[in-house]
Amino acid sequence: MVVPQFVPGIPSPPPPRWWKRSPVTAKTTDELASIGIVVGASWNGARAFTATSGPGISLMQEFLGLAYFAEIPAVVIDVQRGGPSTGMPTRTQQSDLINCAYASHGDTRHALLLPEDPFEAFEFSALSFDMAERLQSPVFLMLDLDIGMNERLSKPFEWDDSREYDRGKVMSYEELEAGKDFGRYLDVDGDGIPWRTIPATHPSRGAYFTRGTTRNPYAKYSEAGNDYVYNMERLRRKMDGAGAILPQPVIKAASQKTNIGVIYYGSTSPAMNEALAELSSQGVHIDAMRVRAFPFAKSVGEFIAAHEQVFVIEQNESGQLRSMIINELEINPAKLVKMVHYDGTPITARFICKSIHKTIAGESGKPALKVAT
Amino acid sequence: MTFLAKPKLLRPDTPRNELGFTRRDYEGAVSTLCAGCGHDSISAAIVQAAFELNIEPHRVAKLSGIGCSSKTPDYFLGASHGFNSVHGRMPSVLTGAALANRSLTYLGVSGDGDSASIGIGQFAHAMRRGVNMTYIVENNGVYGLTKGQFSATADKGSKSKRGVVNSDSPIDLVGLALQLGATYVARSFSGDKEQLVPLIKGALRHNGPAFLDVISPCVTFNNHAGSTKSYEYVREHDVPVNVVQLMLPREEITATYPPGSLHRVTQHDGSVLLLRKLGEDYDPTDRLAAMSHLHEHEAKGEVVTGLLYVDPEAQEMHEHLHTVGTPLNQLQARELSPGSAKLAALNDSLR
Repeated sequence: MVVPQFVPGIPSPPPPRWWKRSPVTAKTTDELASIGIVVGASWNGARAFTATSGPGISLMQEFLGLAYFAEIPAVVIDVQRGGPSTGMPTRTQQSDLINCAYASHGDTRHALLLPEDPFEAFEFSALSFDMAERLQSPVFLMLDLDIGMNERLSKPFEWDDSREYDRGKVMSYEELEAGKDFGRYLDVDGDGIPWRTIPATHPSRGAYFTRGTTRNPYAKYSEAGNDYVYNMERLRRKMDGAGAILPQPVIKAASQKTNIGVIYYGSTSPAMNEALAELSSQGVHIDAMRVRAFPFAKSVGEFIAAHEQVFVIEQNESGQLRSMIINELEINPAKLVKMVHYDGTPITARFICKSIHKTIAGESGKPALKVAT
Repeated sequence: MTFLAKPKLLRPDTPRNELGFTRRDYEGAVSTLCAGCGHDSISAAIVQAAFELNIEPHRVAKLSGIGCSSKTPDYFLGASHGFNSVHGRMPSVLTGAALANRSLTYLGVSGDGDSASIGIGQFAHAMRRGVNMTYIVENNGVYGLTKGQFSATADKGSKSKRGVVNSDSPIDLVGLALQLGATYVARSFSGDKEQLVPLIKGALRHNGPAFLDVISPCVTFNNHAGSTKSYEYVREHDVPVNVVQLMLPREEITATYPPGSLHRVTQHDGSVLLLRKLGEDYDPTDRLAAMSHLHEHEAKGEVVTGLLYVDPEAQEMHEHLHTVGTPLNQLQARELSPGSAKLAALNDSLR
């Protein structure tokens, strides 16, 4: 494990005493160096991550594009605070979703994990390394500042000692020795995920030149349009497939059949749970879906299709998850109602109840929607 | 450019090194740089150095940034993994790779634009951090890929191909490397293979950050009268401080030198640098003297070459960080995971 970390002003905290063997914490100059070290270490077969917040993600963009296109695992933890710019650096938001999901120039798409609390953040941290190596691509662990920095009630963390790392498709010395065909960017299995080799695996086979420029499936430099298109289509296939292996959404069905749904994520959970109970007691029944990852699971589209109106509750100004759903799943925007809370304080059940009541009642006070009662 | 692929068949008397490899085993793809480019001579010198050092090609990792120089890792050591990263950021990628596996040989190839302009921050920090690497800057004073604009190492007063005189002060990477704590600092010239090959060999066997600034004329954009990075200018103003020879631990030193004319520096791995003094008494283990010697001669428009500084006792990043001896990329889950009992204790401490 290699942990490069830009730590402005303060010395890097020493690792706990019991953790003496494994990790290297490298204090870096800036976020560009942090992500560069992550990419270099991952390329060379170690697991590595760095943690930052929105401005750091902005600085890392070029490297994130390289990791996406050259297909190098990278784990980035983003503690989301209020942006843009320095914004509200000590306050919570969920406003880095789009910047992370599509980080870097060109057509990119990155995996995001959206934990609801410290317990799930712990689970997803471990998972993020498996996912980054499975997908050979950057994976972002998106923490709202309210989870990442504030005190929060949590279940005790759990660890299964029998758990093994999932290193993904890494070609071994034995496979290379046996003469297995190695094309670094060759879609052997049809899932868009190629096989990789770790440097120094075999004396004469499996070496290749990693680069951010277009190459053919055997990693040779190419400016041929068909090589570029092959690669882009493969990357699309790969990231489309990510939706099925990343954490699936959690659905909480209303106690009665309803045509209203709500989608939320991250630190909104406690407020949402309270709001759902409150609304239910008032006769407003809503099915709830907590989205836990991007690219979206198939069930996100199915959930929206099964409801007449879906509220998307978020802690950012523009309704970023809603935009991503519309963009990725080609949903009619009119079906998704934006409900955003973004003043930097954690979202509350009162806000959610009030917003939902207001929307259901409509501007004129008349019910705008049929509500199952 | 058209070329004839080299035949795969080898003559029976083709020279082989101790591992049985021929020079061909250290070569790479055919260069796409301009004919006569200094960079191709440096690639050839790298091939020669790796061949003579009996390096297993697959145990080298070669990394670069962006630019003409950064394309070259494709043209040597074809059996090594290579990484052409982003502009000016090779040092961080190499640092990460070196952290992941301390047992490989790391070669970073960069250019003057890549290291003295966009990447000067990362260059500086790789040097001061003590990354165990050979850092070669193929220095031609111009951006060749984008048609010859001055780079940050272009000398003040140097003339561009179109006659524009550079008015900005140059960044001297050798001076910076000395100041920043590099423990092997050399300068050479792509046109002087006899000097360059032993310097690369010494760098590859050095334990710590080894920096080599290689003046490498750009035949297309910076090889005219008035340029201070042309073949002609460098040949006329080259002031070498020593003649270097690297002896591997088991090699016998047979040549005899008059007493007092030789510096013997034994490196960490037992290899011996034999430095034959030229002219004035130059001590390559004195960092301050190296800096003042460099500046004195540069003020006269001279190009100081040779092994300028070496610290045979140098330590590298892994020693500073106290990492385990096993390469980190070989540690398994059972070694890395503290386990559920430790986690339970951690949970309890937070109640």
